[in-house]
Amino acid sequence: MTSLYEEISPDPPDNVPVRRVTMTVNGEKRAADVEPRLLLAHLLRYGFMLTGTHTGCDTSNCGACTVLFDGKAIKSCTMLAVQADGHDVETVEGLATASELHPIQEGFKHEHGLQCGFCTPGMMLAAKALLDENDDPTEDEVRWAMSGNLCRCTGYQNIVKSVLWAAEKLRAEGRS
Amino acid sequence: MTQALDEIKIGGLGASRKRVEDNRFVRGKGNYVDDIVLPGMLHMEILRSPMAHARIRSIDTSKAWAIPGVRLVLTGEMMATRNLAWMPTLSYDTQAVLATDKVRFQGQEVACVVADDPYIAKDACEAIVVDYEPLPVIVNPRQAMAEGAPLIRDDKENQHDNVVYDWEVGDRAGTDRAFEQADLVSKLELHYPRSHPSPLECCGSIADYDRSTSKLTVYMTTQAPHIVRAAVALVAELPEHMIRIISPDLGGGFGNKVPVYPGYVISILASILLEQPVKWIEDKTGNLISTGFGRDVYLRGELALRKDGKILGVRMHTDADHGAFFSDAQPSKFKIGLMHSAFACYDVPTAHLTARGMYTNKAPGGVAYRCSFRVTEAMFFQERMVQAAADDLGMDQAEFRRLNFVRDDDFPHRTPFGFLTDSGQYGKCLDVGLEAVGYQDFLRQKEEAKKEGRLLGIGISVMTEPLGAGNSREYDILGIKMFDSAELRVHMTGKAILRTGAKSQGQGHETTWAQIVSHELGIPAEDIVVEEGDTDTAPFGMGTYASRSTPVAGAAVAMVSRKIRAKARKLAAHLLEVSEEDVEWELGRFYLRSAPDRGVTIQECAMAAYSNMPDGMEPGLENVSYYDPPNLTWPFGCYIATVEVDPETGVWDVLNMVAVDDCGVRINPMIVEGQIHGGLTEGFAKSSMQWITFDEEGNCIGSNFMDYLIPTAWETPRFELLETCVPSPHHPIGAKGVGESATVGSPAAYVNAVIDAVAHLGVRNIDMPLLPDRVWSAIQSAPSG
Repeated sequence: MTSLYEEISPDPPDNVPVRRVTMTVNGEKRAADVEPRLLLAHLLRYGFMLTGTHTGCDTSNCGACTVLFDGKAIKSCTMLAVQADGHDVETVEGLATASELHPIQEGFKHEHGLQCGFCTPGMMLAAKALLDENDDPTEDEVRWAMSGNLCRCTGYQNIVKSVLWAAEKLRAEGRS
Repeated sequence: MTQALDEIKIGGLGASRKRVEDNRFVRGKGNYVDDIVLPGMLHMEILRSPMAHARIRSIDTSKAWAIPGVRLVLTGEMMATRNLAWMPTLSYDTQAVLATDKVRFQGQEVACVVADDPYIAKDACEAIVVDYEPLPVIVNPRQAMAEGAPLIRDDKENQHDNVVYDWEVGDRAGTDRAFEQADLVSKLELHYPRSHPSPLECCGSIADYDRSTSKLTVYMTTQAPHIVRAAVALVAELPEHMIRIISPDLGGGFGNKVPVYPGYVISILASILLEQPVKWIEDKTGNLISTGFGRDVYLRGELALRKDGKILGVRMHTDADHGAFFSDAQPSKFKIGLMHSAFACYDVPTAHLTARGMYTNKAPGGVAYRCSFRVTEAMFFQERMVQAAADDLGMDQAEFRRLNFVRDDDFPHRTPFGFLTDSGQYGKCLDVGLEAVGYQDFLRQKEEAKKEGRLLGIGISVMTEPLGAGNSREYDILGIKMFDSAELRVHMTGKAILRTGAKSQGQGHETTWAQIVSHELGIPAEDIVVEEGDTDTAPFGMGTYASRSTPVAGAAVAMVSRKIRAKARKLAAHLLEVSEEDVEWELGRFYLRSAPDRGVTIQECAMAAYSNMPDGMEPGLENVSYYDPPNLTWPFGCYIATVEVDPETGVWDVLNMVAVDDCGVRINPMIVEGQIHGGLTEGFAKSSMQWITFDEEGNCIGSNFMDYLIPTAWETPRFELLETCVPSPHHPIGAKGVGESATVGSPAAYVNAVIDAVAHLGVRNIDMPLLPDRVWSAIQSAPSG
């Protein structure tokens, strides 16, 4: 991170080790000096200000923090930032272009696949990981692939429809 | 001739309009409390008690203070010097903010640290040394009532036992007579276990006290920002106009974000002391073990029956486990909430309920979680008792219900507990459900399957429930009456901003409120922006819970729109140069009765309000409406589940789940269906896997999502939704509450289905959650199992 001015604590903690990490986030190269214990989710949220990655449960159960790590869906609340050094990370902010939503985002809106929106970024990235591997999943395959992500509002029925809607659109557009 | 507006096309009433809020949510651009960063912001962490009941001998914070980056360490003793160690609850009890004398449940707030970053704050919490002297622990009402039980609330003068209240309603003598005359008395004892709403987003706040302006701004996860402002004004003795509560996007609520928690209060004090913004974000364990839960009620229920199946009387006794403090955020004058709404859909001549509330060494609460103040327990108990009674009589489930329903022409109907139901068609609702599920066919399949050793079951649950607190006669919080509000400003180009006193947590108010305005004024919904949650800008309202948004705030939206229309009519008459009486209204347009082609649109009226008003008329086109509903709304529904139980493992699968909901006029059918899906899932969760329990030492089992099981897309059944529509007779657009209906009604359907599958073996009840081992054990220990 570069800045003209960065305030330093007058009372610096002793011996806090710092590691420089470099990674590609949503196609852009990013670097940061981090404590080795910093979680990837926290680097994304509080360091890079990509607050679309949510933390829900702290134990890898709810999946609100799901991001794509070298193309695979992972829970960023239980991965250290230093583990992401040299890797490729994609967050919800990387899905849409300035003018156009990704078909998965369109699908969630079209099929009412969200209510409070808190689980939605993780859900959509889990869906992307699925559709990147399987462009024509069955309902059961979608349910299984999404079973690492919890939603408290929707009862999943419309989330499943959203993913199937997106799969169809991606196939129709020849993007799958 | 001008073309009349198509209401569906402009996004009015009945349009399945796509949600406005989704545009930011799908981009990851929601703005939840933890997404907010203020300059100079510090981070707060709470140290919680590992013990359920223990005296605090000492707290040593010296090691925490020594950690670089720590700005403040607070204990109960320090809070007490500011008279903030305890706070009043919304149920007129007191609750510890930070413990001073002893801890009363595992997870109770003991100390807090404010530091430069959250990692340092957590480190410092671990460095605090608390010396506890363990005390005997009480984890259920039976232990709480036992002779010689330790006194949990020894802080309260005149409290000599663990009883919170002893309360009754109904006609004791009349009910006793009905039981004397009964041919048969059907009895059932049930436990509705403790469950936690656990919205994915935990609670949190950012308190920002500005010494230079004396203004306190608090961003917080609250479903009721105005109530919080009132509470802070009363507790912290800050002037109300210097308090601004902002509830940004909420990651779910379900009642968990109604109470005022210690964390909020401490972050406010910390910000005042440090004169810097202080952020507190709870972790999932903190949320699960310390914040508002739902249920935890034991029932002894009895039905007096005539042998032809008529219910002659209802007797209920409930023991509710309230945890260590009576902090129910419920606005009724009834101690056990709306438990006595049970049996409202049945024509019951007489009924009596006794209810006892007990303190235990568990987290405080009981009324959260899509339940409208214990309507969830009421309807579950009702429908389980009804099934047991039908079994005892040897009658068909559906027939027994039909025989006892309040008839369609018998409204308004006074229930034996005193509620006034205003509408319903319960028999029709049941028929729609039975037809969809193929009732008679299923009964035949069940008998066939039995011959092969397979266990099929069908469970029915029918109920009507009071949703939408309140009316101001019977419902208030801290004396503030349960009205709600809407303010509408129509700009000169006919675009508008609407603000209400409610607060969406996923319900989609930004979408649906605009649809009500659109219905009333003909302004396209996309021309109306909706804002909520900021007490500096929104009119005073009581917030969103108990399915009250549409019944109360939604009604206010319709009423304020009508006020705007009344003024627009005057403007139209002025523009058309006729008298007001000669002007007629159709959607979006006033026209001359004698010459319908001559008219002006609502947009033209809006422009005139700012540029061409008649002499003597106040300029502008803005208004506000405060709505006090004449009654609760009474949605009703029928839920029917079919299941197959594996006798070898106790595992049960839902074969079919049919929900027939009548919530009156639907503003946005897509959103209503989404809410019903969510409710059915939470009903499934509670009946199958989701519960909070405690070991003998008061350790919470279910303190994280590895132990507290929440269904995923894989376990959750598919749902078939149907509807009937009896409009609410008193709501301005005929709508009724719906957000909680399926959570209230569906658990009994799932449980009744499993019991139905094993009833012939002699199983009468299995308490929720129906975990495979419980089902298996029940089958094994049944007389014919």
